[in-house]
Amino acid sequence: MEFLSDPIKVIYEWLMLTFTGWSWAGWVSSLVINLLAIVGFISAIMVLDILLVWVERKVVARFQDRLGPNRVGPFGIFQPFPDIIKLILKEDITPEGADRVPFNLAPILSLGSVLFLWAVVPLASRIYGVDLNVALLYLVAAGSIGTLSIIMAGWASNNKYALLGAYRMVANMISYEIPMVVALLIPTVLAGSMSLKTITEAQSTNGGVWFVLVSPLGALIFLIAAIAELGRSPFDLNEGESEIVSGYHIEYSGMKFGLFYAGELLHAFTFGGFVAALFFGGWHGPWAEQYPLLGAFYFVAKAMFGYWVIMWVKYTVPRIRIDHMLAFNWKFLTPLAFALLMVTAVVHRVLLDVPTWLYVAGMFLSNVILVWITVEVLRAQARREREAKASAQLAAAD
Amino acid sequence: MENPWVYLGLFLIVGLLIPVAAIVMSAILAPRKPNPIKMSTYECGMETVGDNWIQFKAQYYVFALAFLIFDVETVFLFPWAMSLNVMPLFVAVEGVIFILILLAGLYYIWQKGMLDWV
Repeated sequence: MEFLSDPIKVIYEWLMLTFTGWSWAGWVSSLVINLLAIVGFISAIMVLDILLVWVERKVVARFQDRLGPNRVGPFGIFQPFPDIIKLILKEDITPEGADRVPFNLAPILSLGSVLFLWAVVPLASRIYGVDLNVALLYLVAAGSIGTLSIIMAGWASNNKYALLGAYRMVANMISYEIPMVVALLIPTVLAGSMSLKTITEAQSTNGGVWFVLVSPLGALIFLIAAIAELGRSPFDLNEGESEIVSGYHIEYSGMKFGLFYAGELLHAFTFGGFVAALFFGGWHGPWAEQYPLLGAFYFVAKAMFGYWVIMWVKYTVPRIRIDHMLAFNWKFLTPLAFALLMVTAVVHRVLLDVPTWLYVAGMFLSNVILVWITVEVLRAQARREREAKASAQLAAAD
Repeated sequence: MENPWVYLGLFLIVGLLIPVAAIVMSAILAPRKPNPIKMSTYECGMETVGDNWIQFKAQYYVFALAFLIFDVETVFLFPWAMSLNVMPLFVAVEGVIFILILLAGLYYIWQKGMLDWV
């Protein structure tokens, strides 16, 4: 029964007892237990990654009105395993003139940067990797290593198209980091801490509300900026097969390409997990405090829902052009994100000591007013452009 | 898990070793038969024309500069955001003024045409 209420502590004490029974020093057994925990956790994430390949292919098939893999095992669930075996056995072609060190390092950093993110994610009330008090800054920093790996891949490939694709992709990713970081500041303001564990607890314990109810616009801005950071459609200039033939992936074959692909899917799922942890209450749910394993199940379910929304957007809307994309970021999302941050900070500070329902209603109303002002500004702008075009046409017709 | 940073350091090392293990497995098991046509650079099926490391377009530098300014601003905003629960109201208004000054900068570069993709 105690295992159900605090699994990590029970396993830790049992292993500690075993190792000191074998007369190992205290710090050695602690180090070995940590290593076992890390390897177990990362292996679980990689198995999840393999499952995500199957989920992605089935979902894209259903969106496109076809069936998807259904031969290899029940509902095609073993399909990713022959895919991985095939990728390992393919020849690894390094083009002539390619820079060897960045060429080999880029896929490692690309998948590694996603694995780094899982260290700070709270899976349940007592199951988490590390309780960093700067977890949100760590998130942005580890995400930037992925951006670095893209430039390394593009530069080292000795190929014009790879370099062009890498430049455009990195311009995209660094531009959308600004609204993403500002949208990350909003749960920081609401919870008063950067630590993911504290933010999740602020939404669940003693009368906290999920932050999506308090600041829905913040959740939306974070979702849009996260989809752009991932490099997924509609912002996937880099995988524009019809434009620049797969961008910085061109010269990669075999397992290196497999690492890029798996890294992208896992990155999407990780951002689904972050949306769940930051805005949808993380592991919060009925009876989640007494049974941490149930909390972990709620978290994975919410992360899967976030991942499904990201996939839904990918397979519904067409690709955006690069100048539209950058204009959308710098001229719309960044000012909107900063305006939302200012309004959230002031309203949160003013409404700090009022009862919960008034607080939630006040914050939600401030978001609604901000959306209404934005829509009015856009409509005025569109009206001005329409009138300018109409008068230009009249002037040209004379 | 007494010191969280030790755990994080171990996590980083193991997280880098897993992709390396995948690539090493591929290097052991995969065939290796290079020939000149296979190793040549891809350009839609023709011979490459011109230099491979093309000229860097200056507009990318301008976007990176704008990103740098606003990124440093958000780093300054993190401690402000964390302290709003325990500080009086004028601290929130002071942060709002800081953001407004930098938004004026954004408006300036917008009107100057720095944010256009030419």
